[in-house]
Amino acid sequence: MSAHDLKTRLRTRDLRTGPKTRGTKLLLRAGLLTVLALGATFLLDPYRNYQLATSAGVFAAVAGLTLLVGLTGQLSLGHAVLMAAGGYGYALTATWVAGTLAGADGEVADGVVGWLLPLLAGVAGALVTAGVLGLLLGLAAARLRGPYLAGLTLALVIALPSVASTIPALSGAQGVSAPFVPVPDALSALIAVEQWHAWLAILVTACAVTPLVALRSGRAGLRMRAVHDDETASRLAGVDPGRVKTGAFVISSLAAGLGGVVLAIVTQQVSPGAYGLGFSLLLVVAAVVGGLGSLGGAAIGAVLVTVLPWVVDQATAGLPADLSHRLQGNLEIVLFGVVVIVVTILWPGGLSRLLQTTKFFRNTKLFQNTER
Amino acid sequence: MERLVFLLSTGLARGAVLALFALSLVIVYRAARAVNFAQAAMAIVPVYVAFAVTAASGSYWFGLASALVVGALLGAVVERWLLRLVPQDNPLPGIIVAIGLVMVLQAGLAIAFGPDHRPVHAPFSQRPFEIAGVGVLSPYDLFVLVVAAVVMGALAILFNRTTIGLQLRAAAFAPETSRLLGVRVPRMVTLGWMLSIATAALAALLLVPTGLGLDPHAADVLFVNAFAAAVIGGLDSPVGALVAGLVVGVLASLVTGYASAATAPLAVLALLTVVLLVRPHGLFAAREARTA
Repeated sequence: MSAHDLKTRLRTRDLRTGPKTRGTKLLLRAGLLTVLALGATFLLDPYRNYQLATSAGVFAAVAGLTLLVGLTGQLSLGHAVLMAAGGYGYALTATWVAGTLAGADGEVADGVVGWLLPLLAGVAGALVTAGVLGLLLGLAAARLRGPYLAGLTLALVIALPSVASTIPALSGAQGVSAPFVPVPDALSALIAVEQWHAWLAILVTACAVTPLVALRSGRAGLRMRAVHDDETASRLAGVDPGRVKTGAFVISSLAAGLGGVVLAIVTQQVSPGAYGLGFSLLLVVAAVVGGLGSLGGAAIGAVLVTVLPWVVDQATAGLPADLSHRLQGNLEIVLFGVVVIVVTILWPGGLSRLLQTTKFFRNTKLFQNTER
Repeated sequence: MERLVFLLSTGLARGAVLALFALSLVIVYRAARAVNFAQAAMAIVPVYVAFAVTAASGSYWFGLASALVVGALLGAVVERWLLRLVPQDNPLPGIIVAIGLVMVLQAGLAIAFGPDHRPVHAPFSQRPFEIAGVGVLSPYDLFVLVVAAVVMGALAILFNRTTIGLQLRAAAFAPETSRLLGVRVPRMVTLGWMLSIATAALAALLLVPTGLGLDPHAADVLFVNAFAAAVIGGLDSPVGALVAGLVVGVLASLVTGYASAATAPLAVLALLTVVLLVRPHGLFAAREARTA
């Protein structure tokens, strides 16, 4: 993209389709998808709803990651740490608020206030912790290229257990517990707790992903692509590459932090063991398999990395004990590794590229990605 | 004082292993202009082979030799049949393929050999010598230092004093010109990978007896520390990798001794961050050309 081309596009972007109609359309579409997802939870049994909630949390983080890698070309191997930051932020803030509410009259507060206030405060806390960590990393990322940034974020993942055992509030390898969010009285006759948690997961994830969709198709996304394609040209066109890269990292971190909130709500637990190197690499796998830069692809990738391990475990359960013990937790990693290599070499658009070529999705933007 | 001397000397032995591994990263960076994120997984495969050979033959030295051979073969196979297929115009696909390779190799090893730690015995005693009542190096630490020094010396002679070394450096520095002058550049890249993985395998083999034992992730922390060392030294500079490797090794040893074992990764992370922010291309590397 030449500098002039970029300048014209930056100027005319919002004239073609007004920001107002574009925004309204986007919100309508996001609302529709969210309602569909909420409705779908009625068709699932409790365990499937638990898997759906986990996938939703992973989806939020993968969506942030795929946007970062696909649009700005910055590869982070440390998004699990950003999720953990969000999870810790949520668990500590929500526990503290719940404790304060209970402290006034000595009992756990009843009704909506009892769980909603801690939940909202926890989400705010998660956004602060993940955002601050993302800002620090983003400031570093603005100065670094590919392998350096990947190495720095890798070192961060390896250091997470040390961080958790050095800061007393994080209580080491054991981790901290997040308050249980009970089903509200009005709904308790209707839905089980797994389904309620799936609802919360879907709502939080919708709040994480919708802004990403807006950014991706708007001016910010255009700037990110421009910086990725040619830093010098975009600087000449008045776009500051450092600011764009840092901003992209912060946005991506916020989404990952909300993903951490979802996992904390569902599991009621945040510990460094759950956010290790293996999990961090799985997030990269999900982004690559779905197609870098594609948010629809991120959703498919997230479901894949959540559900495939379970499928493999089911399939190997019938084998002799020694063999199934060895295969458990490893066979799916081998499969994921092979898939990532094959996709990167033979099929660089991932699944989203494949779906985009089918007739049904050709005219939608859902699976658009940035691989050329 | 006694504690300081002990920590410094063990730090030096750990630093030698680190420097060796960092050197392997520098070799592959110079050959292929890429950081190999699969270095730890690729280094641990030959160690498993060495473990099996030592168990079968009863000789540590057969095991060591087989690790070097298998490491070189693995380097050649991965470079020829995998990485040559990856688009080279930006570093991202290469890193992602390396991550896929890490997953395949490490999970594959866990399936083949079981996920447990296997105890590995050092060929020499690990009890420190005492000089004037102060524990200094163990015979095994001494062995590590000697092997590391010999290998680094051999690599320095290979790169600086032989025709092959000249071709390797030329192919890395100016591939097009070298090709015009008759250097078989692709073959030199493969050779660089073979040298690199063999060196990394040796470093991992030297490390394993000092740790918890052999498991598929035994070299992960070594990789992160060596990456930090290689970046601090400048990915292009073998001397930088050597010096930075020793510095990081001593630093980690001092922090472990005076604070706690858990703080060592934090110290390395902090050092890496500071160096990357102040001089993103390392302390020993040449500056990059500036853009607008």
